[in-house]
Amino acid sequence: MANCELPAERRRACLGFGLPLAFLLLAASLVLAANGAQEGGAVTKAVEYRHFPVIGSRVAVWIIAQLHLMFGAFVLAVPMFALIIEFIGYKTGDKRYDQLAYEFTRLLSVSFSFTASLGALLTFMLFILYPKVMNYLTQIFSWTFFPYVLLFFLEAVFLYSYYYGWGKFHPVTHLLIGLALNLVGIGIIFIADAWLTFMNTPRGIDQAGHLVNLWEAINNYIWMPINIHRLIANISFGGSIAAAYGAYRFLASSTPEERAHYDWMGYVGNFIAISALLPLPFAGYWLGTEIYAYSQTLGVVLMGGTFSWLFIIQAVLIGNLFLAANYYLWVSMQRIEGAERYYRFIKYLLASITLCFLVWATPHSLVATVQEARAMGGQHHPILGVLGVMSAKNTAVNILILTTYISFLLYRRGNKEPTVSWARTGNLIQFAIFAFAVVFVIFLGVYGYFVEAKVRIRLSVPQVLTVLLTMIVVTLIDVFMFKNARIKGPIRWGEMPARSQYALFFIAITFAWTMGLMGYVRSGMRQHWHVYNVMKDTSPDAYTPTLGFAANVITITVLIFFSFIAVIFWLTGLTSKKSSGAKWEASA
Amino acid sequence: MKPLVVLILALVLLGLRFLRLSRVLWVPVWWLASYVFLVYGIEPPLPRSIILMFMGIITLSLLAYFSVDSQTLSAAWGAIVRFVTDRRYTIPLAMVVVALPAAVGWVAYRNASKAPNPPLFGRTIHPPPPIEITFKGKKINLTEADNPFRALEKSDPDKFRQHVARGRVIYFQNCVFCHGDNLNGEGLFAHGFDPLPANFADPTTIAMLQESYLFWRIAKGGPGLPEESAPWASAMPAWEKFLSEEDIWDVILFLYDYTGYRPRAKESLE
Ligand code: HEC
Ligand code: HEM
Repeated sequence: MANCELPAERRRACLGFGLPLAFLLLAASLVLAANGAQEGGAVTKAVEYRHFPVIGSRVAVWIIAQLHLMFGAFVLAVPMFALIIEFIGYKTGDKRYDQLAYEFTRLLSVSFSFTASLGALLTFMLFILYPKVMNYLTQIFSWTFFPYVLLFFLEAVFLYSYYYGWGKFHPVTHLLIGLALNLVGIGIIFIADAWLTFMNTPRGIDQAGHLVNLWEAINNYIWMPINIHRLIANISFGGSIAAAYGAYRFLASSTPEERAHYDWMGYVGNFIAISALLPLPFAGYWLGTEIYAYSQTLGVVLMGGTFSWLFIIQAVLIGNLFLAANYYLWVSMQRIEGAERYYRFIKYLLASITLCFLVWATPHSLVATVQEARAMGGQHHPILGVLGVMSAKNTAVNILILTTYISFLLYRRGNKEPTVSWARTGNLIQFAIFAFAVVFVIFLGVYGYFVEAKVRIRLSVPQVLTVLLTMIVVTLIDVFMFKNARIKGPIRWGEMPARSQYALFFIAITFAWTMGLMGYVRSGMRQHWHVYNVMKDTSPDAYTPTLGFAANVITITVLIFFSFIAVIFWLTGLTSKKSSGAKWEASA
Repeated sequence: MKPLVVLILALVLLGLRFLRLSRVLWVPVWWLASYVFLVYGIEPPLPRSIILMFMGIITLSLLAYFSVDSQTLSAAWGAIVRFVTDRRYTIPLAMVVVALPAAVGWVAYRNASKAPNPPLFGRTIHPPPPIEITFKGKKINLTEADNPFRALEKSDPDKFRQHVARGRVIYFQNCVFCHGDNLNGEGLFAHGFDPLPANFADPTTIAMLQESYLFWRIAKGGPGLPEESAPWASAMPAWEKFLSEEDIWDVILFLYDYTGYRPRAKESLE
């Protein structure tokens, strides 16, 4: 497929390589020019900061860094699931999967140039605007720059050969290229994570801040937790953006075949996003624990001080994500014949999600007037105070995850009728497992109130394990129970109301906003430090902005991101105008 | 909770079940029921900021419920169109047309006629402590410091009781006026302050803090708070000028002893 369009694509390939290269050259020459101006002048003292006009250096770097992060996340995530989908296609011989994987990959080439350009821009802004910090970080990490650049070039090579080589190599060779692409991508993110985690939890240096052990500097307290958290979050984010692309094409499509195809694409993207979303809170808690372990003070800054409000916002965002994801699944059940049987459960699932959402979003410190506080008998409400602490929130998140999982299970069963003789028993066992898991998770949550904080933090581990184990065991039972199931009717792909597609947009935007918020939390929690407890931020921007200001910057960043994404969707849509849909041979 | 309100709500909802309401009507019913429960069903009343947030979440959920099923949605749409166009509904329609602006007017009136309130802002109640403080010229590292008399609880209970008794005297000589004789923050002067003096009986104050945190708060008081906690607003005095180091550790022992809470233990690294 798509071979016919080679000339146009080759042109784009040149763009893909050329744009970042041009940018790098521009950046390099500007850096040189700036340095030259410095040396040439009468100034002898080393410059520590330069000022960016109008919005200031910090906001400028903030926005560019966040944009680069979002594009980077997308570019690293898409190959991961493209590869898995391609592999499924290879194993099952179903051409549709291969085509879908290709379609996901098609989003990559333009995004890759955007990522590289933004990365170059970021580097060059950092070196010009923050020379003191960058000098220091260069001293520490200079040896990691070479592998980084090397990996970056390999990424470009693998990415374009993966993309343009589609259908031209032996399938196994092509899959191996995809694998290499992913390994290189993971290498890139791990190296970059070392730099930024070092700034939060520096290690491997002496009292004066000189490097003693490079490996320790890389493998600092939160390096692995951030690696893992980001990797999972990136997959989730990438899935949601790809789903948004499906939704965009779905809404723009004119034929039933096209609609069916893009409905399916949106569904798969969303499936990826939500599957990766489920383990994310656990990874987040691990990250939080490591921050505490590094420094109690840093931990309290994160969870107790001004930043605790950001976690309330995060809870609202993620609650919305879960709500929208479930909503999409429930609406999707309408295109499955036989799923009507399960409609009546929706209201209970919704009630569970709403309750967990309410608990999760309950703040620990309340905003209350004096009268209200007096009526409550203190700054804390006796009932809300109980909900605002970790035990309650952990419990709520765990139940939220279980509920979403149940929605998936019902969706999966939609048109299937088990034929095995033990179906009744199987259902009962599954129900018993769920009931036990819910009771046990809630029991642990309540028990948490009666033990010391030290023990309480550890209670989250059995909670998590219970939920994970439940999901694994129930899935196993389900797989066997629905083997050779009777199919009640086809899935009518494409027969989706438009509002489900807007739910996909909503999920993508909420994800991007969450990412912007958490990126701010990660760098903001250092407060007036560039490198925590090692190098002070002495620039005029060394203060913590108000929540409203931060929210505005994040919103603007997200808006810019989606206007870029719109361009990418449009460009990608142009190439596939002819080929898409044609392959959808009324299969279901 | 107010059992009466909850009971009435439950009865009304149960009663409506027998009326076989359409799914469309259940949405506003649940919305109203949640609102009534949050505003009138919880004792002590919730702050407005929380009610707003909770209602926002509930509204979203109900909208999701309402729109999940295409049939319900089109039924609802049809019902609204019929309500506006059908002659049978002219009188109820007229009532709605009058009632909606009237409700908005009433809310506006109520807001405008309220007694003036001090502005509301989110103060951080438990800000992160500094790593190190200077107490009467001596440097104390808060991450490492611990109550030196806590160990006596096991090793020498009699000695421990003496320290608690000293703490009691210190409390009733200095703190009782604000923090109250039941340690519940309702001292004689309490009504004059915003923020209110801390309520130590509340499980979210000393029960979740480490003793070194309390030491910092007692030694440095309101003035020692960081910006985000509005140091200018807190009436908590800085006791380092009046009490010795031992006094402060003793009064801390007393606070925990009287309320029956245990201090938060230090987390060990790795
Ligand atoms: C003039 C009134 C006043 C007196 C006297 C007073 N306090 Fe306070 N205290 C407050 C107020 C108001 C707060 C809440 C605001 C704040 O956190 O600073 C508070 C907060 C505290 C806190 C912080 C609790 C928390 O959850 O963060 C501690 C601990 C405390 N007081 C202990 C004491 C002790 C011990 C004494 C006697 C030695 C004392 N206070 C005397 C007014 C007072
Ligand atoms: C509740 C416990 C959690 C904590 C303590 C936590 C903490 C953090 C922190 C500190 C960051 C910044 C790291 C960075 O910028 O790379 C981050 C990033 C992120 N978090 Fe979480 N998180 C938690 C849960 C979640 C959940 C449940 C989600 C689900 C959506 C999530 C989504 C994200 C995303 C998307 C990022 C950005 C990743 C990136 O920069 O590539 N987090 N998290």
